[in-house]
Amino acid sequence: MTIKGKAYIAGIYEHPTRHAPDKSTAQLHAEVAKGAIEDAGISKDDVDGYFCAGDAPGGAWPMVDYLGLNTKKLRHVDSTETGGCSYIIHLGHAAEAIAAGKCSIALITLAGKPRTGAMPPRAAGAEADFESAYGATTHNAYGMCAMRHMHDYGTTSEQLAWIKVAASHHAQYNPHAMLKDVVTVEDVLNSPMISDPLHRMDCCVVSDGGGALIVTTPEIAKSLKKPLVKLIGHGEAMKGPRGGKDLDLTYSAGIWSGPRAFEEAGITPQDIKYASIYDSFTITVLMQLEDLGFCKKGDGGKFVADGNLISGIGKLPFNTDGGGLCSNHPVNRGGMTKILEAVRQLRGEAHPKVQVKNCDLAIAHGTGGLLGVRHAASTAILERV
Amino acid sequence: MSEAKKYPAPVTNPETAAFWDAASRGKFMIKRCTACGEAHYFPRAICPFCYSDKTVWEESSGEGTIYTWSLMRKAPTGPYAIGYVTLKEGPSLQTNFVDCDLTTLKIGQKVKVVFKPTDGAPLPFFTPV
Repeated sequence: MTIKGKAYIAGIYEHPTRHAPDKSTAQLHAEVAKGAIEDAGISKDDVDGYFCAGDAPGGAWPMVDYLGLNTKKLRHVDSTETGGCSYIIHLGHAAEAIAAGKCSIALITLAGKPRTGAMPPRAAGAEADFESAYGATTHNAYGMCAMRHMHDYGTTSEQLAWIKVAASHHAQYNPHAMLKDVVTVEDVLNSPMISDPLHRMDCCVVSDGGGALIVTTPEIAKSLKKPLVKLIGHGEAMKGPRGGKDLDLTYSAGIWSGPRAFEEAGITPQDIKYASIYDSFTITVLMQLEDLGFCKKGDGGKFVADGNLISGIGKLPFNTDGGGLCSNHPVNRGGMTKILEAVRQLRGEAHPKVQVKNCDLAIAHGTGGLLGVRHAASTAILERV
Repeated sequence: MSEAKKYPAPVTNPETAAFWDAASRGKFMIKRCTACGEAHYFPRAICPFCYSDKTVWEESSGEGTIYTWSLMRKAPTGPYAIGYVTLKEGPSLQTNFVDCDLTTLKIGQKVKVVFKPTDGAPLPFFTPV
């Protein structure tokens, strides 16, 4: 049993807002749902599967009701919560449900307002008494990974900076990007140290916003008007300190989710024309590129240097919308926007300055949680038909 | 400095109460599985490696080395350094480094446990030897 070719992404929508003081979180969910439904050219009453994560106010049943989905038809729901990669996991789960005949048109939504509203607190796990007092945040949790990666492999701040430089080259063409200025390696190194060894420009933006997907059967996708984008491989995985045995913060759960997705797709990293890689921090990108097999473990620094991730210049164009580092990071969760830009690339709808020529194979990969503590990862491989 | 910082009291529960009781007496405890021999942290009733319920409390030397660290330069209660320590007994654990110049921390540096008070049981931290 495989999901290869069983599901297509027929509708996408990215909310243009990065700052939404005048909107509610539920409203943003509705706006992105409407956008994706209209992009696909279907009716909301056709949706028979709904997927959301921890950002959806109240979870699945309040959202299904608020969104006015057709409850006579809706027959599959999934509220898997794995932080920023939830939506990449939802994409795989939607394909599984479609392949099993449990639904035929799935809607996945993400939205929220970390800039202008309160974020729901993270639920405490069994480790709370033994960890929460130490103040792990995204910055220092990823800082700890970067520090050890530098120690073990000689990775440098200059190499990490190239990831931000590449993202900024792409963001200049995105009218919605929060940070549109092209920056240099020196700019990154001269930005204030936030949590050693990560500088401010190693960190992603904080933005309001959201995005949504419509995932459907091959037959329905072919009856619609959009270019055909098919899911051909999917993987998910989790990693944590596991009782403190053999702790190694230099790799992520992508080391497992990636090969699972590539095996299902029947392709290798060398076949990928465009890569959407979750960029909560520069180190996140570097570690994931290694874990996915774009280069050997420890060679990520050399791989990302000298513009290798810049579209039209390097070998692996990445995050051509500017990514989380420059464009947006709705609800502090980057998985959805990774899928959206991969679909735009495969459709040929990316900005002409960053559109990858003959883009027929793309990857969307993300993590959720804290890379230096506990996290999930998910990998989706997409093909233009 | 972090000394002035107020730390939250552990909530504790039946599975971990013995750890906090020992901490109140200045002892730093880990759990070891008598079936597979592996030590682990934080403490569980069921061994996370072999799923045996034959886990027993063991006093740790409280000595270890810094696996990694990161210094948060700005925070409402002042800069603080988070990190992982690999204990002599094997397990690695998350902590803060205290009572030292936070800018001179190094991976591989030897550290030892120190307890800091809360309104409940004291919390374990680590400081360079």
